[in-house]
Amino acid sequence: MDIYVSQLFTGLSVGSILLLIALGLTFTFGQMGVINLAHGEFIMAGAYTAYVLGDHLTTQVSILVALPVAFVIAGAIGLVLERLLIRRLYSRPLDTLLVTWGVSLVLQQAARDIFGAPNVSVTSPSWLDGGLTVGSVTFPYSRLFILGLVVVAVGGIAFYQGRMSQGRRMRAVMQNRELAACSGIVTGRVDQLTFFIGSGLAGAAGVALTLLGPIGPSLGTAYVVDAFLVVVAGGVGQIRGAVIAAFALGILNAFVEYWTQASLAKVVVLVGVVAFLQVRPQGVVSLRTRTLA
Amino acid sequence: MGRFRGGRVGGAAVAMLLLAGACGDKADEPGAATSDTGATTGAADTGDTIKVGVLHSLSGTMAISEVSVKDAELLAIEQINAAGGVLGKQLVPIVEDGASDWPTFAEKAEKLISVDKVATTFGGWTSASRKAMLPVFEKNKALLWYPVQYEGLEQSPYIFYTGATTNQQIIPGLEYLKAQGKTRVFLVGSDYVFPRTANKEIKAWAAANGMEILGEEYTPLGHTEYGTLVNKVKQADPDAVFNTLNGDSNVAFFKQFKDAGLTAADMPVLSVSVAEEEVRGIGPENVAGHLTSWNYYQTTSNAANTAFVKAYKDKYGQDRVTGDPIEAGYIAVYLWKAAVEKAGTTEVEAVRAASGGITFDAPEGLVTIDGETQHLFKTARIGKIEATGLITEVGGSGQPIKPDPYLKSYPWAAGLS
Repeated sequence: MDIYVSQLFTGLSVGSILLLIALGLTFTFGQMGVINLAHGEFIMAGAYTAYVLGDHLTTQVSILVALPVAFVIAGAIGLVLERLLIRRLYSRPLDTLLVTWGVSLVLQQAARDIFGAPNVSVTSPSWLDGGLTVGSVTFPYSRLFILGLVVVAVGGIAFYQGRMSQGRRMRAVMQNRELAACSGIVTGRVDQLTFFIGSGLAGAAGVALTLLGPIGPSLGTAYVVDAFLVVVAGGVGQIRGAVIAAFALGILNAFVEYWTQASLAKVVVLVGVVAFLQVRPQGVVSLRTRTLA
Repeated sequence: MGRFRGGRVGGAAVAMLLLAGACGDKADEPGAATSDTGATTGAADTGDTIKVGVLHSLSGTMAISEVSVKDAELLAIEQINAAGGVLGKQLVPIVEDGASDWPTFAEKAEKLISVDKVATTFGGWTSASRKAMLPVFEKNKALLWYPVQYEGLEQSPYIFYTGATTNQQIIPGLEYLKAQGKTRVFLVGSDYVFPRTANKEIKAWAAANGMEILGEEYTPLGHTEYGTLVNKVKQADPDAVFNTLNGDSNVAFFKQFKDAGLTAADMPVLSVSVAEEEVRGIGPENVAGHLTSWNYYQTTSNAANTAFVKAYKDKYGQDRVTGDPIEAGYIAVYLWKAAVEKAGTTEVEAVRAASGGITFDAPEGLVTIDGETQHLFKTARIGKIEATGLITEVGGSGQPIKPDPYLKSYPWAAGLS
């Protein structure tokens, strides 16, 4: 019985990590149809921000400070990318794929040149050490922190898109770009803001990931495929869809891995997503429109 | 219309620039001499230089470990050149990046041998990279010096193995665990040839020596999600974990192991791929108290090591650390030099014939090349990781062990090779 509780929690935790890295991508991919393969490098930029701040601030607060700072830094890099390159390639998804892949290689090598090829370590704060022990099951605080972070992030985005005018403009542009432009929304500015937020969320994800995994130049490559998986399975641009897909995939992964092995679990999850997309190619949640396009 | 066309050309041009820049970055390694001076054709040792290849992963998941080995080999080459070179000729290193991709290792090896015509190559880390390079070196009858501990069951005539084989690292590790009373062990490893073969050997030893293997789990290389695996380990409740994970996975595993409330005192993890360099990436606080099995530590005390550590830190930074594969890469260069000087030529068959019995005062102690197996006599040392990030010796064989890659001298290993 205990093992099922542990595994369920692990599944939720894996799901929360998947959601964290995919949240930013739902914006950029969903909003603008931009296949951003450099998304993993924004995660890496966030992780390195945590490392640099960890050197200068005390361990206890550095992660909390690092979250907003990484958001801004990764968002800024995303903004630069958008202004210089992506805005010229909006209607050409294959070209953006190639360009962003090239940018990801450049960013990886830049990280290697600045910080060195070996992994660097970030000490997690002592208030995140250990876990909550209920009976014989331990819930590590670092994983609880990430779950909490994801809840706050999703809540924040829901509030932003629901209640704030900027957010509503973002939804409008996503649903029907031409009509939004006709209604007087400057779509170019909304796109910039969307890309900033999407990349910033990736940066914040990178900070959270320093609690659990390695921090190195190829950190992004480990996560970018999973991020796309969640976004596509959840329905492009749909936050609700991404949430459902992320947790479903996380729990599926955790239980299949428990019953078999890690490699097989990855295979089963991939096959599952492919099979699901055959049945429902638009993803879990999709926008119902009457447009012909 | 004109603007549209311009945009397309502009976009393509930018993409080209970025790709070219990304590719260009990889080939140029700071600190390595490239072969644009001296001979571009002909045999490796014409004129007054000898070209040698250095082939490691400088990018990708294995870069965290291999870049330091490359640095150690370049240090040795620099020291040898300063002392007059080999046979009076200066060594010119040609550095290539295997990019943590095994086919790339084979491809670059072919390039170093056929195009650059190097006298010998120092390279590889994972057994997968070595297995990919083996046919290339055997086909071309060129020499590879492989500086990393591995799973044994191999003895290529064209590879010199300066890292430990099974009976010099894995078996001493198991013997130490048994002596400490840890008889129920869980095996955790990355999913490729080294951990799979090593675990076969471990299970054979365990069956013959009264150790119970409670579980055997594999994760893909680069895997970072260890929640489920740690749950499985906790459920099995072993006395110790034998860890053959490689690369980034070790960082994630140890962080999540500690988060689950498992301590080194209750359930020590004995690793064979975690050295001082990896400890820096994991964070000493996550791994302190756990065990390692190697043949060399930065703390190994002798005159050769004091000089080596000082030279390495002086060249690469005081915050850098040395470890077993780093030291094995360093001595590989010196051992090749000794073999070449004994043979009087860099010609491969002569070097091979001359290599048996060569000794060297290495930072790990005295090592001898075993001409028959082309491995080294090495002393096993069991270490405990300290909170400072360094590893101190707590046990081991006390004297060099004869290499036995096919485990022929062990009756329990009869069914393995």
